[in-house]
Amino acid sequence: MLELITKTLLGAIFISSLTFYTLSNKNKFEMTNKQKQVLLRVLASSFIVFLLEFFNADSFNKINDYISYPIGRWIRLVFYLIAYFVIGHDVLKKAFRGLRNKQVFDENFLMALATIGAFSLAIYKNSEYLEAIAVMLFYQIGELFQSYAVGKSRKSISNLMNIRPDYANIEVDGKIEQVSPDEVEKGSLIIVKPGEKVPIDGIVLAGASSLDTKAITGESLPKNIGVNDEITSGSINLTGLLKIKTTKGFEESTVSKILDLVENASSRKSKSEQFISKFASVYTPIVCYLALALAILPPFVRIIFMNLSGEWGTWFYRALTFLVISCPCALVVSIPLSFFAGLGGASKEGILIKGSNFLEALSKTACVVFDKTGTLTQGVFKVKEVHHNNIEQEKLIEYAAIAESASLHPISNSLKEAHGKEIDSSRVEDIKELTGNGITAKIDGKNVAVGNDKLMKLLGIDSILCHSLGTIIHMAIDGVYAGHIVISDIVKSSSKDSIKALRDFGIDKIVMLSGDGKSIADSVSESIGIKETYAELLPQDKVSKVEELLQSMPAKSKLVFVGDGINDAPVLTRADIGIAMGCIGSDAAIEAADVVLLDDDPIKISKAIKISKKCLNIVYQNIFFSIGIKILCLILGALGIASMWTAIFADVGVMILAVLNGIRAMYV
Amino acid sequence: MKKTYKIEVDCANCANKMEEVINKTKGVKNASVNFMTQKLTIYFDDNVDIDSLINDIRDKCQKIDDDCDILI
Repeated sequence: MLELITKTLLGAIFISSLTFYTLSNKNKFEMTNKQKQVLLRVLASSFIVFLLEFFNADSFNKINDYISYPIGRWIRLVFYLIAYFVIGHDVLKKAFRGLRNKQVFDENFLMALATIGAFSLAIYKNSEYLEAIAVMLFYQIGELFQSYAVGKSRKSISNLMNIRPDYANIEVDGKIEQVSPDEVEKGSLIIVKPGEKVPIDGIVLAGASSLDTKAITGESLPKNIGVNDEITSGSINLTGLLKIKTTKGFEESTVSKILDLVENASSRKSKSEQFISKFASVYTPIVCYLALALAILPPFVRIIFMNLSGEWGTWFYRALTFLVISCPCALVVSIPLSFFAGLGGASKEGILIKGSNFLEALSKTACVVFDKTGTLTQGVFKVKEVHHNNIEQEKLIEYAAIAESASLHPISNSLKEAHGKEIDSSRVEDIKELTGNGITAKIDGKNVAVGNDKLMKLLGIDSILCHSLGTIIHMAIDGVYAGHIVISDIVKSSSKDSIKALRDFGIDKIVMLSGDGKSIADSVSESIGIKETYAELLPQDKVSKVEELLQSMPAKSKLVFVGDGINDAPVLTRADIGIAMGCIGSDAAIEAADVVLLDDDPIKISKAIKISKKCLNIVYQNIFFSIGIKILCLILGALGIASMWTAIFADVGVMILAVLNGIRAMYV
Repeated sequence: MKKTYKIEVDCANCANKMEEVINKTKGVKNASVNFMTQKLTIYFDDNVDIDSLINDIRDKCQKIDDDCDILI
């Protein structure tokens, strides 16, 4: 029965490796040359062993009769040795070299020791040599699979993050030439054809097109651009040919900054990764010493205390089984792979996380502190309401916009935007700016005053108080009160859902900080469901508030601060995890933040936490699962229940499952 | 002085060992091997001859495993 299984298994290995080899030659499988070589060796070795299994020991013993010399078993051994060297020569070589370089507890050394041990045992007992070769064969297949699976997933995750432009088109003597983006100097003219990536930031000189900016901003709607529009690298030109004057070098361009951030991300190691590499460094030596103890102690105990035979061979074999499963590589690979997949999945969502450590920390979030402006609100001021107007609303806004036409203040901009038409500056004369109060001007021959209640008081006009929140612009025309315009920041549409999503994760402590007045801050926090609000804070107050909150946090839980990255760099740094929004282009924010959200959507915060929780779950599953199976294998091996190659089979199986499980972190 | 190198390493445990060895090297402040992106980042001490040091480091890494290589 067992013999039949072995033969079938060997046959299956032979046939499947043959299939894979032909497929890889036809480029159906992308394999490195090294992987192909190993596959070829698996093919050859399994074929030899497969044949040898049909010509069993008896058929070789017949040779003895022909030449009347007991040479048959040695000829058979030579064939097995050939198969063994075909599959294992590199392992033996590496083991020898490792020994010379004093790298004793190295997987090659252990594999060599275990298989040579098994071989010697078989020669000594004149029994089956198959086991040593089978172990080596499985080990090589496992390594091959691991290298293939890891390489493949590494590639597919990297592709998610791959926004690196490969070339830039420049015009040389009327012809378009492709050059490397970092050769293009600032101020050069580049050409981007439809379907190509914009390699460098710049301004459109000629052409019109729509851009897919998903990789940079996470925004899925294409953006229409024309002459004189600024254009960010990394976006994809969809429709028309564009001529662009570069405003930055490649190194300073948006795409380089993002790439830099993403590529360095997994270099910051998480605690789980550190744990597993520490574990790996003690695991191997411990197993080796246990193996040594297993080979020596039980026989001694049997001989001295129990008056039984030592059965050295059995215990030696069990010790070898120990060595076979002592390699921690399978365990080690799945943890960084899971984190890498998590980082990749996050960046696909427009969430750039600066390191595995932050991905890990996010899962322990217990408190989220928001800055109001630019985070929960859009940070742009808009005309919201017009009250008590005695002329048409549009007319009132028009007068206000014309009066403010010379000003660049955000409030004036919002008035101009609300007006929405080109301003005829010949209609206005005699503009006087009263700093801190407002503006008076003569428009169409009328005296228009635009400003706060102090300005009205100054002009001796009774203004009507407003109950709405925001900035109130009072207006008077020819000395008569004409009404007021309410301008306020607008709450982002997803803010409310984001807060709810965070609460659904069990994060109850959600705090909002704001530099604005209490009434404005309270109305925002109330409308989106935040219970704890601190208003009228100066930037340094925000730092001390966050520090205060950090003090009150339970140990091991993390505080997240979310800001727009413009003036809250100190707070971003002080918090356990600083999340900055839509700050591509602002170096200070990228530097200070640990997580960058490419689109300004606050809902991505809960998404990031979700990705983090899922990733950490997978990491823990992998840690417990692989360590658990290893220990189980060790116990079964020590008891003599698991043979050497069932042990390695389990080992390879666990590795494959752990890698597949790790890749899951990519899908959110 | 921070430098980033492309590396070739097949097994995750070898990558860990490389990191350990490089971190123990004199003249290296801190080193980090990224198995997934196949990248090595080294912060060197000031005033070290980086070119010769990186060759030393490469030799050390190849002693760990034949397959470990730093592309200089």
